[in-house]
Amino acid sequence: MNATRNLASHLLAQAQALDPGHHHMLHPAAPQAGHIEWLYWFTFWILFAVFVLMIAAVTRAGAKNRVVASSPFPITEKDEEGDRRAGWAVGAAIGITVITLFIILVLSVITGKRVEGLTSKNPVTIQITGHQWWWEVTYPNPQADQTVTTANEIHVPVGTPVVVLTNSKDVIHSFWAPNITGKRDLLPGYSSAFWFQIDQPGMYHGQCAEFCGLQHAHMGFSIIAESVDDFQVWKQQQLKAAADPSSSEAIRGREVFLTHACLMCHTIRGTDAGSRLGPDLTHVASRNMIAAETLPNTAGALAGWVIDPQRIKPGTQMSPNPLAPDDLQAVVAYLQSLH
Amino acid sequence: MASLDEPIRRPLTLDVSGLPSVAFGHRNTTWLANVFYMAIEGMMFALLFATYFYLRTRSTDWPPGHLPPALNYGMANAVVFLLSIIPAWLVRKRAPELDRRAVRNGLLLLALFALVTTILRVFEFSALNCRWTDDAYSSTTWVLIGMHSGHLVTELIETVVLLFISFTPKMEGTRFADAAINSDYWYFVVVTGLIVDLLIYGTTRFL
Amino acid sequence: MARAEPIFANDQDTGQSELAQRLARTWRQPKGLWGWLCNTHHTDIGVRFMVTAFVFLVLGGILAAMIRLQLIRPENSLMGPDLYNQVFTMHGSTMIFLFAVPMMFQGFGVYIVPLMCGARNIAFPRLNAFSYYLYVGGALVLWGGFLTNTGPDVGWFAYVPLSGPAYSPGHRADIWSQMITFTEVSALGVAICIATTILRHRAPGMTLNRMPIMLWEKLVISIAVIFAMPAVMVASGLLLLDRLVGTHFFNPAEGGDVLLYQHLFWFFGHPEVYIIFLPGAAIISTLVECFSRRRIVGYTPIVVSVVATGFLGFSVWVHHMFATGLPQLSESFFTAASLMIVIPTGTQFFCWVATIWYGHLQLRLPMLWCFGFFFVFLIGGLSGVMLASVPIDLQVHDTYFVVAHFHYVLIGGALFPMFAGIYFWFPKMTGRMANATLGKWHFWLFFIGFNITFFTLHFLGLRGMPRRVYTYGPDMHWQALNVVASSGVVFMTAGLLVFLANVFRSVRVGEIAGNNPWGDAGLEWSMSSPPRPYNFLHVPTVSGRDPLWEDPPNQPVVVGLRDDIREILVTHSLDADPQHKDEDPGPSIWPFLSAVTVSAAFVGSIFTPWAVPIGAPFVIVTLIGWLWPRGQSPTPRPTGESWLH
Repeated sequence: MNATRNLASHLLAQAQALDPGHHHMLHPAAPQAGHIEWLYWFTFWILFAVFVLMIAAVTRAGAKNRVVASSPFPITEKDEEGDRRAGWAVGAAIGITVITLFIILVLSVITGKRVEGLTSKNPVTIQITGHQWWWEVTYPNPQADQTVTTANEIHVPVGTPVVVLTNSKDVIHSFWAPNITGKRDLLPGYSSAFWFQIDQPGMYHGQCAEFCGLQHAHMGFSIIAESVDDFQVWKQQQLKAAADPSSSEAIRGREVFLTHACLMCHTIRGTDAGSRLGPDLTHVASRNMIAAETLPNTAGALAGWVIDPQRIKPGTQMSPNPLAPDDLQAVVAYLQSLH
Repeated sequence: MASLDEPIRRPLTLDVSGLPSVAFGHRNTTWLANVFYMAIEGMMFALLFATYFYLRTRSTDWPPGHLPPALNYGMANAVVFLLSIIPAWLVRKRAPELDRRAVRNGLLLLALFALVTTILRVFEFSALNCRWTDDAYSSTTWVLIGMHSGHLVTELIETVVLLFISFTPKMEGTRFADAAINSDYWYFVVVTGLIVDLLIYGTTRFL
Repeated sequence: MARAEPIFANDQDTGQSELAQRLARTWRQPKGLWGWLCNTHHTDIGVRFMVTAFVFLVLGGILAAMIRLQLIRPENSLMGPDLYNQVFTMHGSTMIFLFAVPMMFQGFGVYIVPLMCGARNIAFPRLNAFSYYLYVGGALVLWGGFLTNTGPDVGWFAYVPLSGPAYSPGHRADIWSQMITFTEVSALGVAICIATTILRHRAPGMTLNRMPIMLWEKLVISIAVIFAMPAVMVASGLLLLDRLVGTHFFNPAEGGDVLLYQHLFWFFGHPEVYIIFLPGAAIISTLVECFSRRRIVGYTPIVVSVVATGFLGFSVWVHHMFATGLPQLSESFFTAASLMIVIPTGTQFFCWVATIWYGHLQLRLPMLWCFGFFFVFLIGGLSGVMLASVPIDLQVHDTYFVVAHFHYVLIGGALFPMFAGIYFWFPKMTGRMANATLGKWHFWLFFIGFNITFFTLHFLGLRGMPRRVYTYGPDMHWQALNVVASSGVVFMTAGLLVFLANVFRSVRVGEIAGNNPWGDAGLEWSMSSPPRPYNFLHVPTVSGRDPLWEDPPNQPVVVGLRDDIREILVTHSLDADPQHKDEDPGPSIWPFLSAVTVSAAFVGSIFTPWAVPIGAPFVIVTLIGWLWPRGQSPTPRPTGESWLH
């Protein structure tokens, strides 16, 4: 059942990844982005009309009394009539400008209120903490054993308000999923909240949008909106401790994991690995991609990442792990067992 | 009488040969440069003051986990600053009268006051009850007083140099104007110093 | 005071008369390398600013070409992230700090302002020279760092905590901070010189109401520089302290605040872009008037707009911080302010169009560039209106949409007017005309290439491409647009090469220009091309806003200034009434020496705080040398000298 779900999710991910609409701010998948899209087009057409008028005016102005001469043309004498008409024209243009800007101001404030207006007594709360260069995703709960901790892949139920609380462990990052809503900076020392709601199932891509160092370009995340039931299934699975490996290779892989540098940075709940420096790997096999949406979650990619992450994301905090080929294969098998 | 038809135009003239060659007060261009300089430095101080209050809003208590800076040297220095206005004012008043003696004495007194405040300032640093590496409050306190000390030392040196010049035959005309402008800058140093004192010694006790 | 020789108008100065020869002797600048280092004449320093700034335009452009080449393909390996981060940081920093301000404000200002005022030199000429050397010092520090793999890599704005001690070890960010110090002190020095020249050295009769728009603009910009630069000096200074001596201004763990840096930086950063744009707008005002062959429509509204823009530029900085989660009410205020600032800019636009409409357009080469400005800057301004809206900004902030916007307003608002101004004042500066055909090729190549590159970037931003990414995945579907954007570089480069060819050729064999080839109205066109060492044979007076168009043929000239010493006239700030006389200090080595000691102290302080107490005595010595009264009595006194109180 898990395997089928994962396969379906993978296929969905691939299909949607091929669709260029899935990180386009003008293809909204949530009402928040929808409100912004509306404002964008309204403003665009007003400004386009302004552009056409101004260019027409400049062109006409240049064409109407043009002289072609190689030496300076005589100065126009005082033209009181022209000056007066010019004064009226400039005044009218300023007036129209003021009115137009005021309209845009009002619509902008209204749209802002509509985007920010979502609230609920029973939202899904997600804590997003930025790290160089991955996203720590937590679903906080007063009870510790009801708190989901994962990385880079966010699941939300459709039709439910979601509130995101922001923070950063190091530098400033910015959480941005263009199809969903506007971006919010993750600032160390600050926590701010923003809301969104997704009404249709789907997978939406996001990327860090504040320069944060060497691998800013490879700090992606995804938001997977699914039915309320599917979300609960996912959540319950995430709350469980790591499955005990069954195959001998995977058991050996766990041994390798716990006796090498891996446990210095990663948590796998149910084992001795409890460090919070890097992403939580308890259910790493349930994710579509690894390394913050940089690589597909396949055996080959995992192996390449574990052996030398610096080759794929130079500057990343994870050091190379020169494992023997058997050990490497075993670790990958173990990681792939962590659904 | 020039006619418009003549190929060579002979303009009328505006004769400025009778104009004076030294200006005092706000007509002097160095005075204007000094005003711009005070605007620049004043803006830097204003931004540091804003930084101080901004960081205050990010903290629950103030000073956070420190004793406020000790009052003794700071208050003594504030008094010296206020008294130093007198020689500065003296120079400013006497300079346009080209009273070489009075200006010289005023500069000497001013230099002495500046020296005293500088020495007191050294002691002030040690009585701040914090180190700049402690936290943001300490950093701001040290930078406020440190930046002001930079101005203080600059002004001390400038006054000493002018004092030196006042003993040479070069002390004439424009140099008197420079001495008067130096007093303007000294007023600036005093005012900014008193505001820094208010922030460091006052707001840590009353805010 | 009667003179034995006849008084000629300035435009009849052939340099041959006895007066001309005496003045040339008095005002001459020494030759040779030593002479070059002692030079304090504004035309020479102005040319230095412009040429040096242009070198950095080219270097910054090369960096841009490298960026465009890297982004032409997903997962491209032309540059790794470390080099790429240095390259885009250097591109932005070079363009803003080493090109835009030194060219638009310092270069054009230093060269043209004294000529427009009718002055023989800029005020505080040694401070002017010192400012140039400091600018060069800052440029050398920045590029020296880059070429030794110590180039800053944290963006031209260097946000904390990324640029702080914890996440940027080494000296890269320190080099950035000190470059800021150099260039900002340089800009402040020039601001004092220009503001004083405009306020105190205008030709008698040039009341404020009769000042050319460009003098109004330079005055406003000088004041803006004076109030804006301190903010970036505080921001970079506090950053340096955090990095070098362990303060905690921006460390949240010890009571510091990361947004404090952004507030300080953008309080400078937004006025900075108006410091770059308003000089461009003033060039447009000047050229539109000249090439419409009539006085400008709306002199007063334009002046009011320039002043208003200068003020309002200080009230919008938070629109760079909309994504930080500030309270909605304050964000709305800054939306309103950011929209409001469109009004004065729009007013200028409408006045320019009206001037052309009610004049007789003569589409010479500089005016072609003005039309390019109209098109490009208009688009940039309109996309700016979109950015002022918080909801829209929250989507396009930090994407290529913003990159497109600011290149349209900066290249449109500064680069196009810059080329217009260069072609316009080229005959004054060199005595020869630039070639019009080559100039037109330059224009079209550049205009087309610019739009190909930067219009495309709007779409990339809408499609989610963030800024400052060294590469992107193939499944993002950004490659096609990136290829289009990169191809425009070819045209822009070709245009620039044509320009350089034009300049080098025309300087040697261009058509001889004469005093006033365009038939313009300003005082700078009343004297020889290129200017003589004393600028004007006689200090002029004016009685109208467009002196060469309106003043009577026998408009008085000033007499009674000594020609055996460098005597200058100081006038009243408001009505330009003659007040007193002063003396230009002449050539001096001290500005250069002071710049060397100050630079050494600045650079040394990157490596150790001890550089400050050790360097200070040297700085003091050179400053004393500068300010020490000269060997002989500065002004031999006629009997009965009088003082002005």
